[in-house]
Amino acid sequence: MFQFENFDAFISMGGHGPYVWGAYGLSLTIMTWLALAPLRRQRVLLATLRQRIHAQDQKGGGQ
Amino acid sequence: MWQWFHKLGSPRWFYQISGRVLPWLALASVVLIVSGAVWGLGFAPEDARQGNSFRIIYIHVPASFLALAGYYVMAVAGAVGMIWKMKLADMVMVAAAPLGAALTFIALFTGAVWGKPTWGTYWIWDARITSMLVLLFLYIGIIALSRSFSTRETSARACAILALVGTVNIPIIYKSVDWWYTLHQPATIKLTGAPSMHPDMFKPLLVMILGFYCFYALVLLLNTRTEILQRESRTTWVKQLAQSK
Repeated sequence: MFQFENFDAFISMGGHGPYVWGAYGLSLTIMTWLALAPLRRQRVLLATLRQRIHAQDQKGGGQ
Repeated sequence: MWQWFHKLGSPRWFYQISGRVLPWLALASVVLIVSGAVWGLGFAPEDARQGNSFRIIYIHVPASFLALAGYYVMAVAGAVGMIWKMKLADMVMVAAAPLGAALTFIALFTGAVWGKPTWGTYWIWDARITSMLVLLFLYIGIIALSRSFSTRETSARACAILALVGTVNIPIIYKSVDWWYTLHQPATIKLTGAPSMHPDMFKPLLVMILGFYCFYALVLLLNTRTEILQRESRTTWVKQLAQSK
């Protein structure tokens, strides 16, 4: 059962709102970043590699 | 058995297999963490003494668990890499360090924010908190060390040795609340015996812990895959992968 009488009570958490929401907010932000950062780095890595291969090919049939 | 071990050590094979698990791990992490957080924030009963600030436990405890378990993952990977010269194990070790550091930071931060309304202070040099800070420094030390050598082999060996020496700290963290009975409360969940918590409060915590385990596995795989792509960028299969995208 929902423990709070209304939405305002849920937000204020009996005066502990800033602590609770602050802890959840920062933690979930860090965790989202942890999951997205490697994906972005992989995209950048593969794009750089693709460009390098392309540049080599244009130099004249590789090498 | 040895064939399997050898296969597991192949970065290419690992990259392909882990790619199939990723979507499921991502789905499990999101579902478990979101439902655990909603349950813990809105539906778990309020703590009689601590009021609503106790809801921070649903982040604090799982993050602390994984910060500690993650250290073992890193140290064991370092040892395997050093003993059997397994490249993949070195990559796992390097992948585990920033993830562990972030989770240790979350554990310390949520602990500080929880401490203010409960103990009246954000920080105190209590045994548990100090040993967790040492853990954070160990993780940071390994990240720094892994970037400070020009040859990969020397770097991997140095990191593995630091990681193994640092494992001394882990039992100290576990036992700190029993050895020095200071401010931090004793463990809520023990492997032996029932948790010292009401089931209505405990169930969402269990969901969150499971969610954090899935999340840990997910990010560890993602970081390892990034490391593989970087280190194997001269191989044919990575070049083909780059061109196929």
